[in-house]
Amino acid sequence: MDMSKDLVAASATPLVLAILAEGDSYGYAIIKRVAELSGGHLQWTDGMLYPVLHRLERQGHVAAKWSASENGRRRRYYRITREGRAQLAAQRQQWKAVDGTLRGIWMKGCTV
Amino acid sequence: MTTFADRPLEEQIAQWREYLRRRQAVHGADVEELEGHLRDQLVELTGAGLAGDEAFLVAVKRMGSLDALSREFARAHSERLWKQLVMAPEADEPAKTSHAETLVVLGLAVAAALAVKVPALFGLRMDTGDESFYLRNASLFVFPLLAAYFVWKRGWGIAGGLWLALPFAAGAIFANVFPFPVGAKGCCSSNTEVLTILHLPIALWMAVGFAYVRGRWFADGGRMNFVRYSGELAIYYVLIALGGGVLTGFTAMMFTAIGMKPAWFIGGWLVPCGAAGAVIIGSWLVEAKQSVIENMAPVLTRLFTPLFTLLLLVFLATMAWTGSPINVKREVLIGFDLLLAVVVGLVLYAASARDPQAPPDFFDGLQLLLVVSALVVDGVALAAIAARISEFGFTPNRVAALGENLILLVNLAWSAWLYACFLRHRGSFADLERWQIAYLPVYFVWAALVVVMFPLVFGYR
Repeated sequence: MDMSKDLVAASATPLVLAILAEGDSYGYAIIKRVAELSGGHLQWTDGMLYPVLHRLERQGHVAAKWSASENGRRRRYYRITREGRAQLAAQRQQWKAVDGTLRGIWMKGCTV
Repeated sequence: MTTFADRPLEEQIAQWREYLRRRQAVHGADVEELEGHLRDQLVELTGAGLAGDEAFLVAVKRMGSLDALSREFARAHSERLWKQLVMAPEADEPAKTSHAETLVVLGLAVAAALAVKVPALFGLRMDTGDESFYLRNASLFVFPLLAAYFVWKRGWGIAGGLWLALPFAAGAIFANVFPFPVGAKGCCSSNTEVLTILHLPIALWMAVGFAYVRGRWFADGGRMNFVRYSGELAIYYVLIALGGGVLTGFTAMMFTAIGMKPAWFIGGWLVPCGAAGAVIIGSWLVEAKQSVIENMAPVLTRLFTPLFTLLLLVFLATMAWTGSPINVKREVLIGFDLLLAVVVGLVLYAASARDPQAPPDFFDGLQLLLVVSALVVDGVALAAIAARISEFGFTPNRVAALGENLILLVNLAWSAWLYACFLRHRGSFADLERWQIAYLPVYFVWAALVVVMFPLVFGYR
């Protein structure tokens, strides 16, 4: 399934925040998690994740810090902040509203 | 560390990293983060049984095109498209050295600012009577410290630094040993003294140049880099001076408003000390920004070469049309010297920014037109002056102006010839560049000659 670019972009923020709400993580692991959660339907171009993370960091929704990883390289770990959690809750409400609306109209179509 | 035993794979990663690093919107830390991602991906792909180069292809494809990536980075960090000069951390340079450099630069700038006030300790006052002392020695307050900065920056040894002290010591001697007559106004009643004031900085600038190129005056590219540095420093100095003017204006306005008289502070401290310190700070900025920002001098050259060409051509046409000769007054020769100096500067900075390998283009033709028209204008002026020079007599000013005119004329005449050869594909642009570079010491030597010989020859007139 080819998802439209706009939809991928719009879902990136809540998805990243939700994954970080599960626990601190880093870029590559976030990508893996997205693929796992979406069953491969959501295909991101890997590099595009980083500008999203940096924007969230600038907005204060996530915090980042360099730490050593198990392979000896430095790795940048991201953590969700309190503002980030609030943002996630707000986004969740919005997505729920969209989801509920679409569900309503499509369920009606099914019953007819 | 996940380094791959696969040599070609490591080379491919290094190449990819280099491409990424050239992107303006992607900084060093981002490159590291993205490279970490790429390596994680590669570990997994090779672990799944892919060969190194196959894994690399897949991983790079998944990372996305560099263009799209850097576009996204630019959107997330739009400020990065404006190259930050002072704050930009060097990706490759460890933070410690730039920290040390900041301290050295600030120390030298403060030292230069204080050096201006040292003579006051010995009773030489800037505002009454001893202005000529300060003017004669102006460059000696700053240039040795500037040279010291370059000696430090280029990692030149103590021995080299001591050799460099010689020209400055000589400058100090020749600036102060001659008994220039003190006029009624206290300052600058003697022509030869004014000439010393004007020429000593030029002569000593060569010593700064030696420090800049680490004593390797003839090494490749060193002198041209010094030319570039000089041009950029001049531009920076003007910018700093504009800011300083605003600061001075506010100082005067605010303290006057509370009933104080800040003139003694502004005239005695703020302006002279600031002017001295700004040379060091400006040099540091030029050094720091070399690779960060487009050089400004060549941009100005591009802008003003057509305008000056137009000016000279219209001037010649007007003169031919009206038939009015150049009115030879006292200072006219100096005016034409300055004109030639500007044209030489335009040629020099056009050469400094040009790729010597590129074929001749429209701008080169324009440069030739500029040089030729400047030569014609100067020739007309010289003819007018030569007719009356015996009538005026040989004063120090006139001899100095005439000498400078000849020096610049020779430079431009040969430059015109080389330009013509180049445009007809008979020679390379590198010849012209070499000529300009080789000619540089002539200016300094002449300036030194004026400082050393003129007071003696003309009896301190």
